[in-house]
Amino acid sequence: MVQDMALLVQYVVVGLAVGSLYALVALGIVLLYRTSRILNFAHGDLATFGTFIAFALLTAWRWPFAAASLGSLLTTAVVGAAFFFLVIRPAKESTLLGKIVITLGLALVLQGATVILWGTGTKILPFPLSDIKVYRLGQVVVSQISVGSFAVGLALMGALYVLVQHTRVGLAMRAVSQDTVAAQVLGIPVKQIFALTWGLASALGAAAGILLAPATLLDPYMMLDPFLKGFAAAVLGGIDSMPGAAVGGLLLGVLEALFGGYVSVKFKTTLAFLIIIAVLVVRPEGLLGREYKRRV
Amino acid sequence: MAELNPLLKVHNVETAYYGRLTVLRGVSLEVPDGRIVALLGSNGAGKTTLLRTIMGLISDQPEKGTVEFAGRRLNGMDPEDVAALGIGYVIEGRGIFPELSVHENLQLGTYRRRGAGVRADFDRVHGLFPILRERQGQLAGTLSGGEQQMLAIGRALLMRPRLLMLDEPSLGLAPMLVREIFRAIAGINRDGTAILLVEQNARMALSIAHTGYVLESGRLVLEGSAQDLAENPNVQELYLGVTREPSIKGWKRYKVRRRWA
Ligand SMILES: Nc1ncnc2c1ncn2[C@@H]1O[C@H](COP(=O)(O)OP(=O)(O)OP(=O)(O)O)[C@@H](O)[C@H]1O
Ligand SMILES: [Mg+2]
Repeated sequence: MVQDMALLVQYVVVGLAVGSLYALVALGIVLLYRTSRILNFAHGDLATFGTFIAFALLTAWRWPFAAASLGSLLTTAVVGAAFFFLVIRPAKESTLLGKIVITLGLALVLQGATVILWGTGTKILPFPLSDIKVYRLGQVVVSQISVGSFAVGLALMGALYVLVQHTRVGLAMRAVSQDTVAAQVLGIPVKQIFALTWGLASALGAAAGILLAPATLLDPYMMLDPFLKGFAAAVLGGIDSMPGAAVGGLLLGVLEALFGGYVSVKFKTTLAFLIIIAVLVVRPEGLLGREYKRRV
Repeated sequence: MAELNPLLKVHNVETAYYGRLTVLRGVSLEVPDGRIVALLGSNGAGKTTLLRTIMGLISDQPEKGTVEFAGRRLNGMDPEDVAALGIGYVIEGRGIFPELSVHENLQLGTYRRRGAGVRADFDRVHGLFPILRERQGQLAGTLSGGEQQMLAIGRALLMRPRLLMLDEPSLGLAPMLVREIFRAIAGINRDGTAILLVEQNARMALSIAHTGYVLESGRLVLEGSAQDLAENPNVQELYLGVTREPSIKGWKRYKVRRRWA
């Protein structure tokens, strides 16, 4: 009995650690969706690209880990913002669907660039935390990496929350997402706000990539699965809700871990998606979303 | 009524949606500094389109003609830069941010300003519309229509505009509230802000305006002092609801006027 309980807690803890990374991916997707209604299918590839930048800074340039991470986040943010200015903005007359297709193009370009720059072989990102060193709490065991990535994930979510809810620029971001024209006629520089959103979302992706690297090894397609999970988490939480993205990511991580632990590791992804479908049948707007109601 | 240096000068403007659906056909209009100018016209005449053209909200428009504000050409500028030059625009349907609080909505009016005088201007707006202070923390989307209109006007005022453009501020409001809003508009103007007022409620608009224009199917068909317009038989019949003659004659007159256009 006690042992059953410990096992349950163990799965939940592991699930939360993975889920916080899904949440980071989901937050990047939702942030951009809320401001521009664009679903960015290049999100995963931006993240991969950013992770390889961190890899290059760490190995070829021998930067310390913190500096390399920061450098990667900034570079990825610049790539995201540049994509907005150079491609999305000039295509402003195209339909929303057209813009979404354009992000697919960016995904392919980034994938190609990653292959050209770093090849298709797998690489290892030197990570300062270990997955062999573990902490024990009774019968529950947590690796140092899990604790670290969970903590960093939470900290990034907290920082994002403060930025969006408690700063002037965050207020402008919220205004732009609700009514772009009304924001424009107040003199709010919407182009810069959009670019900032692209940059932030891309940097969040890169952060998730770096944190995932120890678990997945680096290759040009490493973010494919986490991107799909993050996307699913965003839909589960409500595609227009940032708290929803956080909750959706954590929940998805936990559900996966539970199913993988008790039933079948092979089908844990399938089950996660079945649950998402079930939630969406009952609550089409997602757990914390509002969009569906508003549109009706 | 043509002054040497009007604050806003619209000259011979032609605007088309999607580059082919022509809505404005050679509109010329002036707003002198410190004045209230009323722009009247029936549904679909192009009033909103004119305001959107001035703000630069219709991309690649105007097709022809120029818009000048305080001596600067606005053609081709982005709306946010037009706003920053000192034009406040209260859009038809108000354009408040429903999921932000009343206070946050107002704060956004000061986005392009720095420090000085913001406090005093908040006090001024709260003095003009005390309900906005009482409802500070409430989500703007839950305000009544009249309160939302006050919020939209107050927010635009916090930009400290030299020109305030209002698109049908009386839309959907009870008569008493309409009077209150118009009193506020007149007060804002007395404090030195020029106003371009688009209205269906011609009686109210002409009661506070100095000059006015009548727009029909994208053309200006009448202009003059507010008093002249209020006394004009066509305006009386079509916009003020005065019937002084058999309607068949009125229709003829309407057609005559349409031929001027
Ligand atoms: N976005 C648009 N695309 C195409 N046509 C438009 C668009 N907006 C307005 N129009 C057309 O332009 C004409 C003028 O519209 P506008 O909104 O300027 O009229 P209005 O004078 O403001 O009318 P109202 O008093 O009803 O608000 C109308 O025939 C309208 O159908
Ligand atoms: Mg209109």
